[in-house]
Amino acid sequence: MRNTRATQPLFELSKPGRRAMRMPAADVPDVPLAELLPESALAATPPELPELAEPDVVRHFTNLSTQNMSVDTHFYPLGSCTMKHNPKRNERLASLPGLLDLHPYQPQETLQGMLALLFELQELLGEIAGLPAVSLQPAAGAHGELASLLIAAAYFRDVDGKRTKVLAPDSAHGTNPASAAVAGFEPVTVKSTPQGFVDLVDLGAKLDNRAAVFMITNPNTLGMYDPNIKRIAEMVHAAGGLIYLDGANMNAILGISRPGDFGADMMHFNCHKTFSGPHGSGGPGAGPIAVSARLAPYLPTPLVERAGGGFRLGYDRPRSIGRVRSFFGNVGILVRAYCYIRTHGPDGLRRVSEHAVLNANYLLSRVKHIFPVPQGDRCMHEFVASAARLKTDKDISAMDIAKRLLDYGFHAPTVYFPPIVREALMIEPTETESKETLDAFAETLFRVTEEPADLLHEAPHTTPVSRPDEVRAARQPVMVWPRESSPDDGAGG
Amino acid sequence: MKPEQLLFAKTHEWVHVAPDASGAKIATVGISAFALEALTDLVYIELPKVGREVKAGEPFGEIESVKAVSDLYSPVDGAVVAVHDALANELESLAADPYENGWIVKIKLSDETALADLLDYPAYQKQCAEEEH
Amino acid sequence: MPFLLNTPDDVRAMLEAIGVGSLDELFAMVPRELRLARELAIPPALTELELTSHLEALARQNVSAKEKACFLGGGSYDHFVPAVVDAIAGRGEFYTSYTPYQAEASQGNLQAFFEYQTLIARLTGMDVANASLYDGATAAAEAVLMSMSATGRRRHVVAAASVHPEYRQTLAAYLKNLGTELTTLATPDGILAPQQLATAVRDDTACVLVQHPNFFGCLENVEKLVHVAHDKGAMFVVVVDPISLGLLKRPGDYDADIVVAEGQSLGNPMSFGGPYLGIMACRERMVRRMPGRIAGQTVDRRGRRCWVLTLQTREQHIRREKATSNICTNQGLLALRALVYLAAAGPQGLREVAELCLRKAHYARTRLAAAGRRLALRFDRPAFKEFVVRSSDASVDDLLAEALDAGFFAGIPLSQWYPELDDCFLVAVTEKRSRAEIDGLATALNRIPRQVTAAHA
Repeated sequence: MRNTRATQPLFELSKPGRRAMRMPAADVPDVPLAELLPESALAATPPELPELAEPDVVRHFTNLSTQNMSVDTHFYPLGSCTMKHNPKRNERLASLPGLLDLHPYQPQETLQGMLALLFELQELLGEIAGLPAVSLQPAAGAHGELASLLIAAAYFRDVDGKRTKVLAPDSAHGTNPASAAVAGFEPVTVKSTPQGFVDLVDLGAKLDNRAAVFMITNPNTLGMYDPNIKRIAEMVHAAGGLIYLDGANMNAILGISRPGDFGADMMHFNCHKTFSGPHGSGGPGAGPIAVSARLAPYLPTPLVERAGGGFRLGYDRPRSIGRVRSFFGNVGILVRAYCYIRTHGPDGLRRVSEHAVLNANYLLSRVKHIFPVPQGDRCMHEFVASAARLKTDKDISAMDIAKRLLDYGFHAPTVYFPPIVREALMIEPTETESKETLDAFAETLFRVTEEPADLLHEAPHTTPVSRPDEVRAARQPVMVWPRESSPDDGAGG
Repeated sequence: MKPEQLLFAKTHEWVHVAPDASGAKIATVGISAFALEALTDLVYIELPKVGREVKAGEPFGEIESVKAVSDLYSPVDGAVVAVHDALANELESLAADPYENGWIVKIKLSDETALADLLDYPAYQKQCAEEEH
Repeated sequence: MPFLLNTPDDVRAMLEAIGVGSLDELFAMVPRELRLARELAIPPALTELELTSHLEALARQNVSAKEKACFLGGGSYDHFVPAVVDAIAGRGEFYTSYTPYQAEASQGNLQAFFEYQTLIARLTGMDVANASLYDGATAAAEAVLMSMSATGRRRHVVAAASVHPEYRQTLAAYLKNLGTELTTLATPDGILAPQQLATAVRDDTACVLVQHPNFFGCLENVEKLVHVAHDKGAMFVVVVDPISLGLLKRPGDYDADIVVAEGQSLGNPMSFGGPYLGIMACRERMVRRMPGRIAGQTVDRRGRRCWVLTLQTREQHIRREKATSNICTNQGLLALRALVYLAAAGPQGLREVAELCLRKAHYARTRLAAAGRRLALRFDRPAFKEFVVRSSDASVDDLLAEALDAGFFAGIPLSQWYPELDDCFLVAVTEKRSRAEIDGLATALNRIPRQVTAAHA
C-alpha cells in the first residue's frame, strides 16, 4: 500500500558516510594517479552525489513508484498514446542474456540470432505497412518523422531540388510541423473540415510545385478514418509530392487497411504504442519507418540484409541519408515488438484492432449523451468528446473532469488535444480493457458531471498532491535541487 | 490611457502615437486586455533589444503562459527606441494595467502607412466579440 | 488471444449497445477498396511457451558479452549494473506509466526526473539538465542545433574528427537540409590541436563539438579549446563519458556551454546499441532553448512541495513548428536507471568505478604494448578507459578473429571510419575486466601465428 509519509528527495536522505555500491580493490599494480593523468585534468573534489545505503535507495524509489498511475495498476485511456497492456513475457524474453548482453560492435558472426530477428521484424513491419523497405533505426515516432523527411529531402534533391514545403493538417500531432522545421522544411498547415477530415479545397490550394510532403495521420487524431484518403494521395502524387503517414494510430487498422495500399509513400510505427513496448514514464520508444521502393535507397544505414545462409548489416548504400542516431536502433524495444507480433500472428493482430475499435465505439456509445462527440456516432480506436457544453452550463472544464477522474482511480484521457475541438477529451481505451472497466469508467464520467463544480475545481482530492502551481513553476523555474551551502546558487532556486 | 484613445492591430496589440521632444513620431505598443485574458497567467516575455528594426505584421517578441505562446507582432514600421524590461519580472502588472504600465516597446516610426490598417476601439471590440464564438 | 478480455457475450452486448450487427460493420468508415482482402502474410501466432523456445533459440545463435571477455567500447560499455537498478526499473508503476501529463498521478516519475536532472547537473557542473534525449549521438546533434539558435549563427559548425564517427554522421544528416556547413577537423595526433581549431573557427561559427575523453580514449586539451571557441563567440559543446566524471574535471569547471553524453554506462545494458540515454545539460540562460522534457519544482494548492513538467511552451505539442525540437517520447526509463545507478554509487562509488577503469586500462595499455613487437599504442597520450592499438605485422581482422577464438571481444577495427587507421583497433577496459583477462588478451594477441597473417601482408 502507498506510504502516506512524504517521500523525501534523495538529497535530504543523504548522510555522509553511507554508501550502496562498493567496488573491489584494483587487481592491477598500484600506480599513483598522478602518473596516469595530468593534474590539470582531474576534478578537485569528488562528484556531488548523495550518499545513501541500499535500503535508502530501495525504499525511496519504491515509494516513489507508488505515486504513479500506470497500465499495470490503472485504466489509462490517454488518447493518442495507446496505453495497452505490456505483456510480461516480452520483458523476460528481451532480457535473455543472449539478446541483452550484446555489444553493438561485436563481430557479425556472433550476432546471427539477433540479426535474424531484426531482419524478420523488417519483413513483418513491411507487410503490415504494405510498403517494401523498412529501417528500424529511429528511436521514436517523432524521430521516424524526422528520418523520413530527411529521406524526402534527399529524394527531391535528386529529382528536382525545389520542394521546400511540408504540409500537415491543423489536427496533426505537434511533432509533424516540428519535425518539418527540424528537417529544414517550411511547415504549412492545411485546414480540416468540421468533421475533422482534410479540407480538400485547402489542400488543393496549397499543393504547388514546392510541396514536398503531406503528413497525414490516418486514422486521424479525432479517431476517424479519412474517407478521402485515396483521393488525397492521388492529389498529392499528381502534384509531385509524397504522402507521409504518421502511424501513431496504427492500432486501429492492423491487418485491416495498409498505409501502402491507401497511398502512403513513407510511414513510422510507434512500437511502444501499437506493439506494446512499455511506455517507461516517457520512453524509450522505437519508431521504425517503412517506405516505398523508390525511397528505399535513401533509408538510414545500416539495414539488415541476407548474406549467404545468414545475415549481415548492410553499409554499402551510397544514396542513404546516413544515420540519425548511433548504433542500430532501440533494439530492446524492437525485440518486444517482435515478440508481440509473433504472439498474435495475422488473425491475432486483426483482432487487436477489431477489439480496440469495438472498445472505443462501445465507450463512445455510453458517453455521447453527456459528452457530445462532434465527429459523430462512430470512431476507430479512439474518439474526442467535448466538454464545451458542460463548461458553458456548469463551469466544468475538460481539465476539471480529468482531475476528478484521478480521484476515482482512473487515469485521465488526453485533454485539450486536438486543438480543433473545444474542451477536448481524447479517449483511447485500447483492446486490453474489459467491458466491465469501460462501464465503470462511463458511469464515473456521468457521476462526475453531477458533482458540484466547486468540488471539481479543487480536484483531485485523494492523490498524493493536489493541483500543482504551474505558473510558479514556469515563472521561477526550479529545475535542480538547490545546494544546501548556497541556497541561492541553484538554478533559479 | 483609456482604450478609446488607442488603435488596435487585428493581432491584439495596441498602439498610441505621439511626437517626442524632437517631433519624431513615437508609437507606444502593448497588448490588449482581451488578449491578456485569453492568455491567462503569464509566465514569460521575450523582449527585443533597443535599436531593432521592425516591420508591421512581423514578430518582435513572444509572450508565454503556462500552456500557450503568442508572438508579439509589430503594428507599425520603425525602430525600437525603448523597451519595458522591467515587465519580465512583473508580468502581473501587464494584466493589471495593460494600457499604461503594461506598455512593452516604443517604436520610432519610419513610415506611417501601416497605421491606416489599425482598428479603433469599437471596431476592435467587434472583432473580439466575433472571436469568442 | 492472451491480452483480450471481451467474451463472445460481451461482444454481442457491446455491438448491440453501439447499434451495429457485426465487428466488420464497425469499420464501415474504411472504404471497401482500402481494406485488406486477405490475411497479413506473417507467421501464425505462438503461445508463450513456443515464443520462449523460439527466442531462446535465437539468443543461442548469438555470442554474448557474458561468454567472452568484452574489451569493446566506442560509446557502449560493459560496465557493472547493480541489482538495485533492475529491481527498481522493473516496477510496473515506472515502466508501464507514460509522460507525466497529469502531475497529480505522476509524482513518482516527476520527482525522479527532477532528481535525475539534479544529479546530471551536479555531475557535469552545469546549471540545468533535461529529463533525457534519445542517445548520445542525437543529444550531440540537438546540442549543435541549440547552439545555432542561441547564437543566431546558422551557417557553420566545427567538429573534431576525434568525436565518435557515428555522432558526426548523425550530425551531418541533421544538418544536411539546413544548409549548415560542417567542418570536420582531422586529429592525426589523436586529439584536436588548439592552433588548428583557431584557424577553423569563424565569426559565424555557432559551436565547436569536441568529445572528452575522445573516441580514441584520449583526453582533449579542453581548457584551451574552450578559449579558442569563445574568442570567436562560438559555443563549446562537449561530449563526455559520465563515468569519467568520477575523476575528471567537470565540464562546468572548464566553461563548456552545453554538455551531452551517452548515458548507457550509468546502469543500462548494452542491448545491441539501444535503447540508450541521451544526456544534456547547459547553462541556465539557455534553458529556454533546450529540447526535451524538464521537471520543475513547485507547490500544490495546499502548499506542499511537488513537481510538474515545466517550460512546456518550448515543446512541439504547444509551439509546433517553432518548438526547440521535435522530440516527444524520451528515454524516461533509462534516465530512471541512470538515477538509481548514481544514487547507489554515490561520490565514492562513482570514483571507484572511474579509478578502476583508468587503472585497468592503463595496465592493459602497458601489457598489450609490451608483450611483443607487433603491437604498439597508436597515440601515446593520457587516456581514460580506452586506447588505440596499432598492429605492425598482422591484419586487424585476423588479430581480432584469433582473439575471438581465444575467448575475447578484443577491440573495434577503426578502418570503417578512419581509413588511415586501417592497422588499428580500439580497446576499452571497464571495471569488470580482471587482470587475468587482460593478461590473457595480451597473450592471445601475441600468440597468433605469422603464417595466418602473411596471406594478408
